[in-house]
Amino acid sequence: MKKWFGVLTLALTLFLVGCGDGNGDNGDDAAEGDAEEIVTVGEDLEDATEINLWTFAGSHAEFFEDAAVRWNEEYPDNPIQFTAETYPFDQMHNNLTLALQSGEGAPDMADIEIARFPNFLQGDIQLEPLNDIFEPEIDNFIEERVDMYSDENGDYYGAPTHLGATMVYYNTEIMDEAGVDIESIETWDDYIEAGQQVTENTDVPMTTIPENWYGIWPFIRQAGSSFFDDDLNLIMDNDENVEILEFVSSMVSEHDIAEVTPGGHYHAEEFFGFMNDGGQASLIAPTFYMNELMNNMEDLSGKLEIRPLPEWPGSDTRSVAMGGTGTTVTNQAEDVDLTKEFLAFAKLSEEGNIELWNQLGFDPPRWDVWESEEIRADNEIYDFFHDDIFDILLDIRDDVVGVHMNQYTPDVLDEIDSNVMFNVIRQESQTPREALEQAAESIRAGMQ
Amino acid sequence: MANQSNAQNNRVMKFLNSKKVVPYILVSPFIVTFIVLTLYPAIQAFIMSFQRILPGQTEFIGLSNYRRVLSPTFYTAFQNTTIYVILTTLILVTVPILLAALLNSKATKYSTFYRASLFIPSLASIIVAGTVFRLIFGETDTALANQVITWFGGEPIQWQYQSWSAMFLMVILSSWRWMGVNVMYYLAALQNVPPELYESADIDGASTVQKFFYVTIPHLKPIITFVTTITIINGFRMFEESYVFWEANSPGNIGLSMVGYMYDQGVQRNDMGFGAAIGVIVLIIIFIVSIIQLKFTGAFKRGDE
Repeated sequence: MKKWFGVLTLALTLFLVGCGDGNGDNGDDAAEGDAEEIVTVGEDLEDATEINLWTFAGSHAEFFEDAAVRWNEEYPDNPIQFTAETYPFDQMHNNLTLALQSGEGAPDMADIEIARFPNFLQGDIQLEPLNDIFEPEIDNFIEERVDMYSDENGDYYGAPTHLGATMVYYNTEIMDEAGVDIESIETWDDYIEAGQQVTENTDVPMTTIPENWYGIWPFIRQAGSSFFDDDLNLIMDNDENVEILEFVSSMVSEHDIAEVTPGGHYHAEEFFGFMNDGGQASLIAPTFYMNELMNNMEDLSGKLEIRPLPEWPGSDTRSVAMGGTGTTVTNQAEDVDLTKEFLAFAKLSEEGNIELWNQLGFDPPRWDVWESEEIRADNEIYDFFHDDIFDILLDIRDDVVGVHMNQYTPDVLDEIDSNVMFNVIRQESQTPREALEQAAESIRAGMQ
Repeated sequence: MANQSNAQNNRVMKFLNSKKVVPYILVSPFIVTFIVLTLYPAIQAFIMSFQRILPGQTEFIGLSNYRRVLSPTFYTAFQNTTIYVILTTLILVTVPILLAALLNSKATKYSTFYRASLFIPSLASIIVAGTVFRLIFGETDTALANQVITWFGGEPIQWQYQSWSAMFLMVILSSWRWMGVNVMYYLAALQNVPPELYESADIDGASTVQKFFYVTIPHLKPIITFVTTITIINGFRMFEESYVFWEANSPGNIGLSMVGYMYDQGVQRNDMGFGAAIGVIVLIIIFIVSIIQLKFTGAFKRGDE
């Protein structure tokens, strides 16, 4: 009898131990905690409608805070009391998932990062479609960017924060030393040739390849390929994509003009120091990376020239819209219409787009403001880089493609981040075909 | 009237104070929290493991989640976790015994200081500790660990990108953190070893090593069993040790643990049903391993058997 009681106690204890984690409350230090920062606007206004926002970037919170102040000035009859709460990246997305899943506790508005976006477009979508605020303005937007936040029916759910066009940042100091004229780099073959000139004449590589999907996705999209075909079949291991990864890996192994990014990706501390010291001659990164360069790599001021991507054979695409956060309105919003109007005011209007540039330094997703006086006015970004950033963007605005996502895209990105790039670029233990086939196989196994 | 209600009160108090009832009242806070916060979610998780859960669309899909669990990724996670469990158990069961014996010995000076410094790591947040470890074992030549290695003439190591060093990092972080706690357990047990036994061993001419193996160890056996059990269970639940180094994705999944896989799939990817299925499998594995281990060490036997 006693013995059985012992076994029973043990069983219950184990149950307790095992299931404590089964409900996702693990990593308590990592995943719990209060907002890092809360900002509020309009507390003193009477009859103000409350709107709250979750975000993971303090700068986004400040951007909306400023928009709320302007809203209250412009519409004194319809004031809002706005609160923005900033949480750590993972925590915010996980909490939002759970709040939407359980039907309570979600904010009125939330920032969702592009790689997490597909998770929120499953089942009965718990976000409000934004078609009515988008449609009047849609022609003024780079449509490929707006489409990134839509579902398969073409309904829009997220307001973009920037165009995020992938460009090449050339370090002119190194290019001059190597004797390369960057205007002569038109195709990727030219780029490799220039790279060889750089490695011969200087002791730095032409570029570094990050170990995450920034090292492959832009190239795949530029070449007109994708991870999925139109019927959502996984094609990440088809010949075209293998060829593209072979091209990327050949820069490291065959042509010897590139290395693996120190720290593994462009947001690593190790990389900041490396890049800042002139560690590589060029960098392939989206326009939003201008911020990172200005904040973390100050020594590069005045040394960088931004140009579109070199051309891929058989494709006119000069840039790929990458990354980016979509601001959404949840179905738990207290006043859906007002929240949408405020979102349109903050991020979709001409004024809002100008503020995206002025306050956050992001290239606005609305191209019709690119020529406006406010955008062209002198600022520190032009001082750091050069004045014609928007002329270059206007020039290629029809040649920008976006990325297409579905519910399995996060699986693909995960495989690329953890296996494909690591095995092909860093370890060189698999050929591009082997790595892509293995990744595709493991993703297909999980597709229902 | 007053008398009647007094009598009623008395009866109630008497009932509540009776020997049969009091124990249940005393344990009820635990039972209630257990049922509400553990048993109910556990049963719910078990049910969820047979479902596909999307907002507003929850359907039973039979064993489909379990079929997907047995993938190469899960196998990698299982392998990593098992190796981790074996290494941490070996280190965290044996080394603290030696340390405790040293600290308990009268010959050791400043033992309070050593006790404190061994124990303090367990108070540190693992996220903070992990960040420090990550910087120490950075991949650059200037990171502390690599500086030491090059100073001894070795090649710098990319600690976070190779499977052996990844395992080393997780094990060393965990060992550093839990060493002090286990030392405390052993120290408490050592205080209970009757000094007469050592005296009589001395008279019989036993050496220090013999005394350690024939007097100390047998007395520590219940604590050894206990420490082994919790170390194994904690090992299978490992999550933070990997999370602090690589967050969600480690290169080649070298740092993926079973619980990490569950977190990634269930929470990050919003595939709760699948996450729950992994959770159930992890539970079964821990259960089986613990039963075997307890059976093996004789923990089920009563003292008088």
